[in-house]
Amino acid sequence: MTEAAALDTELIRTPSRRPIAGDFKPRGESFIFLTGGALALAILMISALIAIVLWQGLATFWPKRIDRLHMKDGSVMLGTIEQRELGPGGSPRIQVHVGNRDVFGAEFRWIDESDIEKRDRPKDAVLLERRDWGPAIGFVTGIRTGDDARALEPAEGIEALAKALPPAERRLEEIERIDKSVIGEINRGMEEARLERLGARYEHRADPKALAAEIAEIERREGDLGRRYDEAFAVLQAERTEDERHALIFETAGGLTKEILVSDVVRVVPSNDLGTIERLLVYGSRVVEFVTDDPRSSNTEGGVFPAIFGTVLMTLLMTIAVVPFGVIGALYLREYAKQGALVSVVRIAVNNLAGVPSIVFGVFGLGFFCYAVGGTIDQIFFPERLPSPTLGGGGILWASLTLALLTVPVVVVATEEALAAVPNSLREASYGCGASRFQTIRRIVIPRAMPGILTGVILAMARGAGEVAPLMLTGAVHYAPTLPMDGTFPFLHPERRFMHLGYHIFAVGLQSPNAEAARPMVFSTTLLLLLVVLVLNIAAIVIRNRLRRKFRSSTFG
Amino acid sequence: MPVELRDAAPVHRAAGWNDERTPAEEGRASPVVHPEIHREETCIHVEKFCLHYGTTQALHDIDLRIPRNKVTALIGPSGCGKSTLLRSLNRLNDLVDSVRTSGAISLDGRNITGPDVDVIELRKRMGMVFQKSNPFPKSIFENVVYGLRIDGERRKPALEEACERSLRQSALWDEVKDRLRESALSLSGGQQQRLCIARAIATDPEVLLMDEPCSALDPIATSKIEDLIVGLRGRYSVVIVTHNMQQAARISDYTAFMYLGRIIEFGPTETIFRKPLSRQTEAYVTGRFG
Repeated sequence: MTEAAALDTELIRTPSRRPIAGDFKPRGESFIFLTGGALALAILMISALIAIVLWQGLATFWPKRIDRLHMKDGSVMLGTIEQRELGPGGSPRIQVHVGNRDVFGAEFRWIDESDIEKRDRPKDAVLLERRDWGPAIGFVTGIRTGDDARALEPAEGIEALAKALPPAERRLEEIERIDKSVIGEINRGMEEARLERLGARYEHRADPKALAAEIAEIERREGDLGRRYDEAFAVLQAERTEDERHALIFETAGGLTKEILVSDVVRVVPSNDLGTIERLLVYGSRVVEFVTDDPRSSNTEGGVFPAIFGTVLMTLLMTIAVVPFGVIGALYLREYAKQGALVSVVRIAVNNLAGVPSIVFGVFGLGFFCYAVGGTIDQIFFPERLPSPTLGGGGILWASLTLALLTVPVVVVATEEALAAVPNSLREASYGCGASRFQTIRRIVIPRAMPGILTGVILAMARGAGEVAPLMLTGAVHYAPTLPMDGTFPFLHPERRFMHLGYHIFAVGLQSPNAEAARPMVFSTTLLLLLVVLVLNIAAIVIRNRLRRKFRSSTFG
Repeated sequence: MPVELRDAAPVHRAAGWNDERTPAEEGRASPVVHPEIHREETCIHVEKFCLHYGTTQALHDIDLRIPRNKVTALIGPSGCGKSTLLRSLNRLNDLVDSVRTSGAISLDGRNITGPDVDVIELRKRMGMVFQKSNPFPKSIFENVVYGLRIDGERRKPALEEACERSLRQSALWDEVKDRLRESALSLSGGQQQRLCIARAIATDPEVLLMDEPCSALDPIATSKIEDLIVGLRGRYSVVIVTHNMQQAARISDYTAFMYLGRIIEFGPTETIFRKPLSRQTEAYVTGRFG
């Protein structure tokens, strides 16, 4: 370069660049600790919740070893050790489940560890699960058949009991069959006759001759039924007497003996004599019993099957009620209505409905469905049964409708979003082909919006399955003797009370007379309810993904 | 046949297009309509058609006679109202809430802008192809026969025959004949647009309305579709809106030039591009604006 040119370049030189800071060392983001930390905290809390429920819920059915504690004051205790904590004086104490509520009064006992002299694990100690009064923990020291009582060593006692159980179960089944089916049917016939009589009195109140004729016919039928009842009752009594002949002699830790009917025993668990596989089998059989059997011992043992059934049936009824109203209503709001002030008001009102506390829905359901609508139906269709309500009180029908009202906003919002997400180009293409509005909606819009609609419906189902407050007022009960759906006409009984998993947790956990014994069941039921909701949500995700894949469009090339 | 575009230097007028009349003045004069138009049989007749979006007026006193069985192109700069006019022909603008129209449009002599017109019937007689291809998320077969199905046709042989006929006319048959039941979304962009054209002609409409059908496609797909459109002439009356002047010159018989919601000039394509009567048309086709 010439000197002049170099001078020129100097004059017009651009300001120097910023010097490079080091060698591009990374400096980090400042807010990542805040955001990441908040998320970590939330995940931690949820994980802790699930872990506690999982731990407590799964441990409920594990057969623990039976410990025998020889106390310093000479008394002996036999039972499973449930908890351990630091007592008020600072010394550790343990909670022992001694069972035998009918003998001891209290099923659980707290004792100071320092009072224990010696511990051992007798091999023949046995835990008997019973139909009532909770478990019996002790030794089987004899078997009685009729008047013949035989004393046995505990080991032999367990064997003899195991042999006597199957025939006792069969006897019990037969007794239940006669009681429920035969006598139950006769009772239903008597009830029908009684209602007919009331109906006849009501109908023929002005015509004594017709009344007398009808009453005579009814009385003849009643006489028939009465005879059959006497026969069945006699058979039942015979069976019961036979059943009471078979009993076992049971000895508790302190040496007290009592008799237990063999038919009262549900399961024999020689806890100290089982290997790991056998304990797993006991665990498995208890879990199966949990989901398939009825509760016993005032909801502290047994299963929650009626609650599962009630929850599922109620959720189904609720879904059948909510889908037409929610989806079709949202369809009108989004596709047909002229968008203006009125539509906006309706939409806001529906969205706000989602924020109303669920107990308010319960009160509304009680007042409107149960008393107003149900009461009117009673007066029109079942006047002879009054004042005893048929549909005028809580029942599975009104509970389902109340929950349907509660979940309508969820469905409406989800459906509206799904419909709005359908691109307008598809609608225009359909109109361009000469389709009417209904044809376009039916053939193009709804299939395209189906993933979103289904998601909304399943989320509504999951929400409805978990709500408890509205049910308390409209039909859920602590214990229901019958299922709302069974083999008698009309098969679905909309007026019956029902059990529900969520309500069961509340009732068993907080309103049970035996809170300590019921606590494990609360955790197990909670775990079950969590699983049900989880299954429903997973189903939502799977269905939505599968439908989404169908509509995925390739926009390249 | 190819039409040469006029070069930039005018032959017998002074330079500049705005020294004799302002565009507004020139536009308010009635559109310059070449006499060849009147020798053609009219398919769609637009008379004094105005359209308002709310308070804005998008179309001013449109007068247009669209010839039967010929390809008519609507050209003009962005925002001049070509698409709006096209959508008014099959009353697709009814779907927009704030639209008000006045004036008359008639198809085969029958008015189609009155309140008592069956819009569904009208749209069945006009097929429409949009700028971005919009096949339904169904199979190829179902896409093509959609118009027939909503008309009530259910016999399988009739549907299959119509499907093959339309796909052959759209030059798509050979490419998809083995996979008619596959999703239409698995086709390429150009194939999807040809599918939309097949869908539009499956019901054998009289008129085909095309709104910039090739603007989203590559040159090869574009040329295939242009050949297709030229082949449709004689059986369908085609109205095509296009940004691409060369395309208009290649495929159309008649061209209407629009500007600011008005028809400025309307005549045979060759004349519009070689010897336009209006100064504005000349300025546009020679590339001096727009």
